[in-house]
Amino acid sequence: MKKKLWMTIVSITLLLWVAGCSNQTVSNKTESNKSVKSEVELLNVSYDPTREFYQQFNKSFAAHWEKQTGQKVTIKQSHGGSGAQSRAVIDGLEADVVTLALAYDIDAIAKTGKISADWQKRLDNNSSPYTSTIVFLVRKGNPKGIKDWDDLVKKGVSVITPNPKTSGGARWNFLAAWGYALKKYNGDEQKAKEFVTKLYKNVPVLDSGARGSTTTFTEKGIGDVLIAWENEAYLALNQLGKDKFEIVNPSISILAEPPVAVVDQVAKKHGTEKVAKAYLDYLYSPEGQEIAAKNYYRPRDKQVAEKYLSQFPNIQLFTIDDQFGGWTKAQKTFFADGGVFDQIYKPQ
Amino acid sequence: MIKESLHVSKKSKRHRVLPGYGLSMGYTVVYLSLIILLPLAVLFLKATTLSFSDFWRTVTDARVVASYKLTLSTSLVAALVNVVFGTLIAWVLVRYDFWGKRLADALVDLPFALPTAIAGIALTTLYAPNGWIGKYFDAMGIKVAYTPLGIMIALTFIGLPFVVRSVQPVLQDLDTQYEEAAATLGANSVQIFLKIIFPAIFPAIITGFALAFARALGEYGSVVFISGNMPMKTEITPLLIITKLEQFNYGGAAAIAAVMLLFSFILLFLINFWQWKTSNKQQHV
Repeated sequence: MKKKLWMTIVSITLLLWVAGCSNQTVSNKTESNKSVKSEVELLNVSYDPTREFYQQFNKSFAAHWEKQTGQKVTIKQSHGGSGAQSRAVIDGLEADVVTLALAYDIDAIAKTGKISADWQKRLDNNSSPYTSTIVFLVRKGNPKGIKDWDDLVKKGVSVITPNPKTSGGARWNFLAAWGYALKKYNGDEQKAKEFVTKLYKNVPVLDSGARGSTTTFTEKGIGDVLIAWENEAYLALNQLGKDKFEIVNPSISILAEPPVAVVDQVAKKHGTEKVAKAYLDYLYSPEGQEIAAKNYYRPRDKQVAEKYLSQFPNIQLFTIDDQFGGWTKAQKTFFADGGVFDQIYKPQ
Repeated sequence: MIKESLHVSKKSKRHRVLPGYGLSMGYTVVYLSLIILLPLAVLFLKATTLSFSDFWRTVTDARVVASYKLTLSTSLVAALVNVVFGTLIAWVLVRYDFWGKRLADALVDLPFALPTAIAGIALTTLYAPNGWIGKYFDAMGIKVAYTPLGIMIALTFIGLPFVVRSVQPVLQDLDTQYEEAAATLGANSVQIFLKIIFPAIFPAIITGFALAFARALGEYGSVVFISGNMPMKTEITPLLIITKLEQFNYGGAAAIAAVMLLFSFILLFLINFWQWKTSNKQQHV
């Protein structure tokens, strides 16, 4: 009898627990629907190196929004590899806005219908409020005398860059090198391929992500040069010591345009369309641009850019659209299975 | 004797030690379905989104095949290394008393508790050419990190507890009187080990080996940092699955995963069969 009682108690507790869980989500939803007027919550799904930047930006936006509308806004952040974040949103992570490393990753979300197909035209500058570029980080004193891309294919120079198959940032690195080679050989694709193949033969380690490569170069002391995003290079420089490393700007590089978009379907469901749009618009405001610049992202705003001129030296930059016809095409040509990157590593 | 045991089993049908056979069995089936069978079914379902020729091309690609070889061989070596040293550790922990024994015993479990990525970073730091251990190897001209040797070390690290924890309880239960009896009958220590101890712990060693091996096959976190991920050289299969996912190629990822799963199924089946045979043989002796 006692045993039966026990089993009943256990079963009922389990049932109540399960029921409680589902109840909770229901009540949460009604709450957020009701309180649209006084309080609102946004989820920004972003990629790895923007963590510090968005922490500062969110504070500034929340103050701005409350002043303008009287509404309190709490912004939650989610960070990870750009591709993984994109997959999470596709699989149901309820992001109101996405701020990722590549347009390709947002295109993938758009394919599911969660974001309207014309997303990249909805905001200025290809929906990328700030830009960056690819530069070199070398050891102090630049012992191998690295000045430009040509030095990276020399014999005995060890180059660190992550794997373009697993890292969005690494794809920018690859395309930057390719674009330089195209310019150098007047658009000869075959020569460009030889150049990039030579470069990747100098890579002893392909980390799975950009942070991993930075660690390999800075902490493990491997390699003579790290190909990195400008903002990552500055972060490494500031955190690990200007006495150990220095930044080298190549003559030509790529204009990295990390894009942003409102996830329409989710924002509609949450009733956050207005605030989500305002959030992204604020990235283009002088305040937003200033915060971006302070975090070593190149601002689009000319006035802010002028203010930070010394921080962002002039490099000849080409865009992915001009040089490669957009991300979808570049992805297919270079990084899809059997693409150029795979061919580089084909067994002879 | 037989009658008695029959009697017991009949009796136990009426009076089981734990109550609620129906309910607990129900939970078991539901739980196993939700946690194991359903995810595996979804995996195979995803793999079937590819046509057969696409599936075949994906899983027999030269790079993928190279990764199977690397993953299988490093996992096998790591499991074998663990069999030797794991058994030794279990022996020391069971048979000797020493200062800090409890601590050593607890240390064995750490690879279970530690996030594997942390283990990977720590191992890479140690074995990199400028690391504490790596620099001595480097001086001898041996590269550890970013080579298959590094992968093997990471897999050895994560697999160790399986062997120790499988062998330890069996050794603990092993009565020393058999050894004493053998010694009285004039057996030397090698004979005692080979004829008395080893047969008793052998099934447990196989279990530990199987677990460590299976765990190593799927390991990702600790390996990506130390392997260097060079295509055709140090690229493990789980990494290729991730690269497929990065291209939103769910079908391709599932296809490779299904092949991996098939490998482990076959291996675990063979090992279980082997274990069943050896333990059977023992009972008959």
